[in-house]
Amino acid sequence: MEQYIFYILSAIIIVFALLSVTTTKLYRATMYLLFVLVAVSGIYFLLKYNFMAAVQLSVYAGGIMILLVYAVMLTDNIGQPIRSIPRNWKILPAIITVATAVFAIYAIYNFNVGLAINGNSEATTVEQVGEKLLSYSDTGFVLPFEVISILLLAAMIGAIVIAKAKKLVNQENI
Amino acid sequence: MIEGVTLFQIMSLTTIVFFIGVYGFLTRTNLIAMLMSLELMVNAEAINFVAINKYLSPAVLQGQIFSLFIVALAAAETALALAIILHLYRLTQNIDVKEVKTLKH
Repeated sequence: MEQYIFYILSAIIIVFALLSVTTTKLYRATMYLLFVLVAVSGIYFLLKYNFMAAVQLSVYAGGIMILLVYAVMLTDNIGQPIRSIPRNWKILPAIITVATAVFAIYAIYNFNVGLAINGNSEATTVEQVGEKLLSYSDTGFVLPFEVISILLLAAMIGAIVIAKAKKLVNQENI
Repeated sequence: MIEGVTLFQIMSLTTIVFFIGVYGFLTRTNLIAMLMSLELMVNAEAINFVAINKYLSPAVLQGQIFSLFIVALAAAETALALAIILHLYRLTQNIDVKEVKTLKH
């Protein structure tokens, strides 16, 4: 059963990822990306990592998608096709990426260290994740956790400073 | 682990998604579309971290925690990149990589 759900999710991810990078309307590309992100969270559910699935849904499908939609609407004419490289030139990146992907899958297939493992494991609970994130032991992650908090704060302030609008000229006289 | 699915299948999926992202990154010239291709690549890698951790060493949580950090980094990166893109658009009315030449504040 889980196997078939995985195949369906994989098909959704691949089809919508392809549509997202090939469609000519930017807003549609954003929506296709949303389907990909939701299906990826389904993969996390299948892997029994529910916390990551929730994070994927709330941060990616919620936060980042809204940022992208706002940016698209603020910068782009919805109806206009987006620019990409000329059609004749697209064949070269296509050949390169397909060849590299085939090579990578071939390499993964030949790297035979337990890749054929097939079975069941227990779910990762939120308690385990929380204990790891705030643990001081050798395998704990308290330092990266703090560093990433600072990074998020810095990114937030930086985004505000960069995107802040200049004062409109007329407002000074009012 | 997913019952009946091998790690090879999951890694094939993530490889395909990653290279779809690479294709989008190479062909698009709109900055926002390039950023979206980047999101595809980051997502594929995060799945890889979780899947390899779950299959090869389920006793430890390193890869699973790392994928959380990947999502946090991607959120920060997207917020900053979109701020830069909006600023660029306000300056030049254009977010095409072939024509934009300035990043003056």
